[in-house]
Amino acid sequence: MMSGFWTSEFFHNWRHNASAIAGSTLLVIFAVIVLAGPLLVAQDPYDVGSLNLLDSYKPPMWLDGGESAFPLGTDGQGRDVLASIFYGTRVSVLIGVSAMVLSCLIGTALGLLAGFYGGWLDSVIMRIADVQLSFPSMLIALFLMSAFGTGIDKVLIALTAVGWVVYARTVRGSTLSEVNKEYVQAARVAGLRDGKIIRRHILPNVLTPVIVVSTVQVGTFILIEASLSFLGVGVPITKPSLGLLIKNGFDVLFSGLWWNSVFPGLFIMALVFGINLVGDFLRDELNPRLK
Amino acid sequence: MTAPLLSVRDLRTHFHTFSGVVKAVNGVSFDIGAGQVMGLVGESGGGKSVVGFSILGLIDPPGRIEGGQILLDGQDLVGAPEEALRRVRGRQISMVFQDPMTSLNPLHTVGRQMDEMLRLHTDLDAPARKAACIEMLESVGISRAAERLGAYPHQFSGGMRQRVVIAIALLAGPRLIIADEPTTALDVTIQSQILKLMRRQIADRGASMILITHDLAVVSEMADHITVLYCGKVVERGLTRDVIGAPAHPYTRGLIDSIPDPRHRQTRLSQIPGTVPDIRNLPVGCSFRERCPRAQALCAQADPPLTAQRASLHAACHFPLTEAEAP
Repeated sequence: MMSGFWTSEFFHNWRHNASAIAGSTLLVIFAVIVLAGPLLVAQDPYDVGSLNLLDSYKPPMWLDGGESAFPLGTDGQGRDVLASIFYGTRVSVLIGVSAMVLSCLIGTALGLLAGFYGGWLDSVIMRIADVQLSFPSMLIALFLMSAFGTGIDKVLIALTAVGWVVYARTVRGSTLSEVNKEYVQAARVAGLRDGKIIRRHILPNVLTPVIVVSTVQVGTFILIEASLSFLGVGVPITKPSLGLLIKNGFDVLFSGLWWNSVFPGLFIMALVFGINLVGDFLRDELNPRLK
Repeated sequence: MTAPLLSVRDLRTHFHTFSGVVKAVNGVSFDIGAGQVMGLVGESGGGKSVVGFSILGLIDPPGRIEGGQILLDGQDLVGAPEEALRRVRGRQISMVFQDPMTSLNPLHTVGRQMDEMLRLHTDLDAPARKAACIEMLESVGISRAAERLGAYPHQFSGGMRQRVVIAIALLAGPRLIIADEPTTALDVTIQSQILKLMRRQIADRGASMILITHDLAVVSEMADHITVLYCGKVVERGLTRDVIGAPAHPYTRGLIDSIPDPRHRQTRLSQIPGTVPDIRNLPVGCSFRERCPRAQALCAQADPPLTAQRASLHAACHFPLTEAEAP
């Protein structure tokens, strides 16, 4: 199996695609930060007792007054910006991936049902999707968050409510083209139940676009969550995500203390950039029409 | 004659589309005895496949079976509960499709797709199912069957895939196979191999077959009797040798004349003039009259009923061909 991968066309194309390599490298770095971040920094930014107010607003280490203990400087409470970013990246990625999984499950299921059964079920699901797409997703998420209040669970609900539409539309389209193929007819002729036909025969054949959409959606969700947190209706202040770090730093940005918000901004940019590069590569590789 | 295995009585399957009601099958009747092969012949759009799907109860909206009976061993399948129909599909009646490139799921191994059929319709345990799959693959002429079970459809050629499709159709021991243009998508050289294989498999198992095709040459080789459809109605039926040798209906005659005959190389291939009329808006009287060389005033007034003609033939024509006019 593994030797098959190293000699596969997929791996060969990846090795000869600079942006795919760059994107994958970024994602590997972020994977390390997410999995091992707390081990890489000395300070726990959530542990208020470990903070020293005397360390507040230290600049990055390469500027005058900077210290090597705080490579990217500190914030108003003496928190290490790098440590905050590492912890914040975990929150952002956790939310992005969880929201992707949730909206993928719901959207794919609804798309399969709509495409397989058609009729009124299809009309109802797709009209809801159309209505939702006619509003900016940011607006819908903002509306839901102001109704629910802040919290990671509420952010997940809002992102899922926004994100299922993309999956439902993609999967419905692929399902429509699969459902008329003869192997699906053959499964019906064999006496298989609808549920089994959908799970065993249609679902595996519509998964490719789902994978592509999923990578891009993680990036989108991270950005929407960052925007919500920046606007103050996202995650709680006790467990800041990258977006909330930018907001906190933004308050002092014009006092010349730029590192508090610029560094989290660069990290979120690199993260989403890496995701999109890999997403583009997967789209080109997995889309039979572009081959 | 003993009671037929399958008896279709006045079947009417209509599609309610926005632009009108399409009467794809409009009063079709026929019988198939055990061990018989029936050719169901007609042009594209003539309702042949709809007959097949109606028998299996797989007509999707906007289509609906409006009336008639489909008796399998005397039990009516029209209006039978879905649960009962599911036990008929695959186990009593199975189907072979036209295009072997798309009738297998590209993502599952051949073995898994065969196993699915057995798991659904038999109580065999896993080793017994595997043995049955291997035996079936070998009997349809696939060598190294045990190895091939782990192969994916794309690793087979078109002809081999159709053999697999046939093997799957036969696995649960059905008594009737509906073959919907089973060789149309295959190379000519493979066609006769596959047809011979189907014929032998059907005979060995004492099963019956409905062979849906537009190719009269194929039916004349395979079928015991022939039913010719035109615009959703039976226009002629009878034993194969009578229908091919001296048809009574001008439409059947036209179909036979459109087969290239190597004995007359110089003459231009004859064709039936015109096209199939819009089935949503059929002309009054005989639907074939506008393309018929024998049409007269009566044909525009009354739709001819299916009546007994000479020999085994039944035809729906006011002015049937006589035996002297045989090709």
